[in-house]
Amino acid sequence: MESITILDNVEDKHIEELETVTIRFAGDSGDGMQLTGTQFTNTAAVVGNDISTLPDFPAEIRAPAGSLPGVSGFQLNFSNHDIRTPGDEPNVLVAMNPAALKVNIADLEPGGILITNTDAFSENNLKKAGYQSNPLDDGSLSGYRLFKLPITTLNRAALRDAVKLSSKDVDRCKNFWALGMMYWLYDRPLEPTQRWIQGKFKNQELQTANLTALKAGFAYAEAAEIFTTHYRVRRAAIAPGKYRNITGNEATALGFVAASVLAKRPLFYASYPITPASDILHELAIHKNFGVKTFQAEDEIAAMCAAIGASFTGNLGLTGTSGPGLALKSEAIGLAVMTELPVVIIDVQRGGPSTGLPTKTEQADLLQAMFGRNGECPVAIVAPATPADCFHMAVEAFRIATRHMLPVIYLSDGYLANGAEPWLLPKMDELPRFEVKLATNAEGFNPYNRDPETLARPWAVPGTPNLEHRIGGIEKEDITGNVSYEPENHMHMVLTRAEKVARIAYDIPDVEVFGEPEGRLLVIGWGSTYGSITSAVEEMQRSGKSVSSIHLRYLNPFPSNLGEILGRFDRVLIPELNLGQLAMLLRARYLVPAVSFPKVKGKPFKISELTAKMNELYED
Amino acid sequence: MSTDANIPTNGGGSQAPPVKLTRKDFVSDQEVRWCPGCGDYSILAQIQKVMPELGIKRENTVFVSGIGCSSRFPYYMNTYGFHSIHGRAPAIATGIKASNPDLSVWVITGDGDALSIGGNHLIHMIRRNLDINIILFNNRIYGLTKGQYSPTSEFGKKTKSTPYGVIDYPLNPLSVALAAEATFVGRSVDTFTSHLQKVVERAMHHKGVSFVEVYQNCNIFNDHAFDMFTDRGVRDDAMIEIEHGKPLVFGKEHNRGIRIRNSDMHLEVVALGDEISESDLIVHDEKAPDSYLAYMLARMEYPDYPVPIGVFRDITKPTYEDMLAGQIKTATEKMGPGNLEKLINAGDTWVIE
Repeated sequence: MESITILDNVEDKHIEELETVTIRFAGDSGDGMQLTGTQFTNTAAVVGNDISTLPDFPAEIRAPAGSLPGVSGFQLNFSNHDIRTPGDEPNVLVAMNPAALKVNIADLEPGGILITNTDAFSENNLKKAGYQSNPLDDGSLSGYRLFKLPITTLNRAALRDAVKLSSKDVDRCKNFWALGMMYWLYDRPLEPTQRWIQGKFKNQELQTANLTALKAGFAYAEAAEIFTTHYRVRRAAIAPGKYRNITGNEATALGFVAASVLAKRPLFYASYPITPASDILHELAIHKNFGVKTFQAEDEIAAMCAAIGASFTGNLGLTGTSGPGLALKSEAIGLAVMTELPVVIIDVQRGGPSTGLPTKTEQADLLQAMFGRNGECPVAIVAPATPADCFHMAVEAFRIATRHMLPVIYLSDGYLANGAEPWLLPKMDELPRFEVKLATNAEGFNPYNRDPETLARPWAVPGTPNLEHRIGGIEKEDITGNVSYEPENHMHMVLTRAEKVARIAYDIPDVEVFGEPEGRLLVIGWGSTYGSITSAVEEMQRSGKSVSSIHLRYLNPFPSNLGEILGRFDRVLIPELNLGQLAMLLRARYLVPAVSFPKVKGKPFKISELTAKMNELYED
Repeated sequence: MSTDANIPTNGGGSQAPPVKLTRKDFVSDQEVRWCPGCGDYSILAQIQKVMPELGIKRENTVFVSGIGCSSRFPYYMNTYGFHSIHGRAPAIATGIKASNPDLSVWVITGDGDALSIGGNHLIHMIRRNLDINIILFNNRIYGLTKGQYSPTSEFGKKTKSTPYGVIDYPLNPLSVALAAEATFVGRSVDTFTSHLQKVVERAMHHKGVSFVEVYQNCNIFNDHAFDMFTDRGVRDDAMIEIEHGKPLVFGKEHNRGIRIRNSDMHLEVVALGDEISESDLIVHDEKAPDSYLAYMLARMEYPDYPVPIGVFRDITKPTYEDMLAGQIKTATEKMGPGNLEKLINAGDTWVIE
């Protein structure tokens, strides 16, 4: 699609300038709230705001309409400056029914804008949401700027003469009516969404209906004068360059395609569908013209094994799953460790244990990734920090796997997977390149000969004459790769496999300190908590406090300079969406009295929660 | 730098021209460690013997196995080999074949490995019709774990883990393969060397998945398991070799046959003579598009019926790896070869000055 050059709109006397706005759309899971949120996000991104999003949806495909478990929400933060989180508290809540109001109202900031669809506040719906009286009329919402709009009725009226559709189809357009209204309120152009509707709905009636609803909502907000002001958030002063809006799962998939192009090896992705990782399979399945092969396996074990088989033939063998699936893959990951083949395992973490909270985020698979296999079975572990960073770390995962000939676990999470941000598109010549060498020389060949620097064994693939050899899960004799139960050899091989992982430390960047290189408090994060931790630390620094942070994107091995940095601060704080797994590792490894700050609620950290904890520890 | 997806396909290379190799070329330098007298030796020898006849280069051949006595097999073949983990050989082989269709891929497995822990992978590999050859060694016992019953052990059998007798009903491996729509199904016996070679050879030449069950004697934990119908003295009357286009005749005197009983459509054993002639018997059709006949034959069990060996089914269907390659070709023709720069820059983009 064409790039859009942004022109500021003509000045308008009713416009109030805002720095940052956080909106949450909430409704029934059939109301199209994810779509509404995504459209608003794309439009905000296209007009040059910085953005960050947090989709929050139920695991049920369709919980009963109007029920509390059926509420689906989408929060987005857009700003005229660099932001890193979807915002702590929404400034605006759009509640499409009583259940959506009930589930979300506690998060709305005091005095915040509350837009409600009064048509949905029927006696029946109020009952389903557990309201004794109608909150729109009983004064309980007096602390907010409440707007009561009959959105269903207004939408029906707008579409009555425009299209011939069933009332059900007409009502399904009401999310676009609400979106149109919000576009007026926040001074957004309609064009990006109009283009999307035109591309999406091939059925002419449905296309017209959605376009009409969008325009009607916009026109209503303009004409009805219910809002005294509308707001503008100017373009963000972010780094120059070309951008697109991207979710973590999209960036992950594109990153692995890029790895295949950069390594000049075919990509083979084997996966069993599981939330929130499935989108990676969907995205990779599209890109067959890159030679990408996708394989929907019969189960997680088969997916892991097929990836190993593909790596054995010289493909980039990749598999992806979420936590419970990683548990199933464990035995085969051990096989990949023993056979020293380069495979990458994506784990898009979700709330656990067991099937846990399928659609909610958590970072509680770190110890599973690190230790969750039989025997001494180390693998490399990387973790992207932001949705856009997923692209870079996906490339890194295969760069490490192929250079060091071992499995790499790539730890994403639900929040990264579905969250979106603007991605500063890399230029082709800035992409890391890595050479992948397959073994071809039969002279002196042995399947477990080792590169003196990395200890990697040769990647000798079937089809290569005179390199025929046998590998497998039984302990290998070093060099020859033959089966060996010798005690000394086993110890040697256990140490060698550990050393292989340890030597990756020479091959990854040092971790950078955000803030002063030494001081009172160091905050350490990993994965998707990057945004909230960095924002909170920034806030502490602005108030003159000696607080710095580091963010680990390489978790096994840790960057070489980590231990030394830890020694330069009085206090170390480790906020994690688990019960302190990184904290446990760092305390064990570096004997540092780090303080763990856990949160396991299926939700990311709020900036305010983090600053409160930092202040507490700072003064301690 | 170029950002086109000019990614080479894998080594492999073509199967032709045939290379002149001998059995010795396929013998690895590893010491064979099966129990003396094990049926596995014979199967290994027949496969090493038949491999040169197949004309595939050693380097283009991969043997994949799971866990169990039979799964040590790849170590003894001087080809590429992968001795993997419990039951997962079909899944690993799928990754190998799908990612490099040029390779000749063999799965060596046992009754426990294939039908118990790996049952799921086996049926799914078969239904996908990858061009992979599965050789299932069936000794109706767990050998490597020292004598527990297997999914093919007979009902009531006393083993270490079933001192009061097995109360699981056994699986019939051929029924499983046929139910999963295998395009090639065969059966042979470890000691019937020339028959075994013939079936293995046909399995190899079959384009698509091939499933061969081999009755294999475990002389330690389940000795003589098949003697009642394989022994030289009884086999002519207790077994039947099925051949495409030929009537189902058996017996030392070629005087017995199999026909379909009209009253209830079941198979029955009949004596040939004045009233019943060969024209009344079933003529084996391994090419039948449906698997009804193959299934009926596969269900014939001793002592009610002679035990059938031979090729039950051999039909052609497009293979998974060919269809996958076809989709890649079509997508590439339609969208052009992948271009990374275009991929990254796709969708709604905007420029910040």
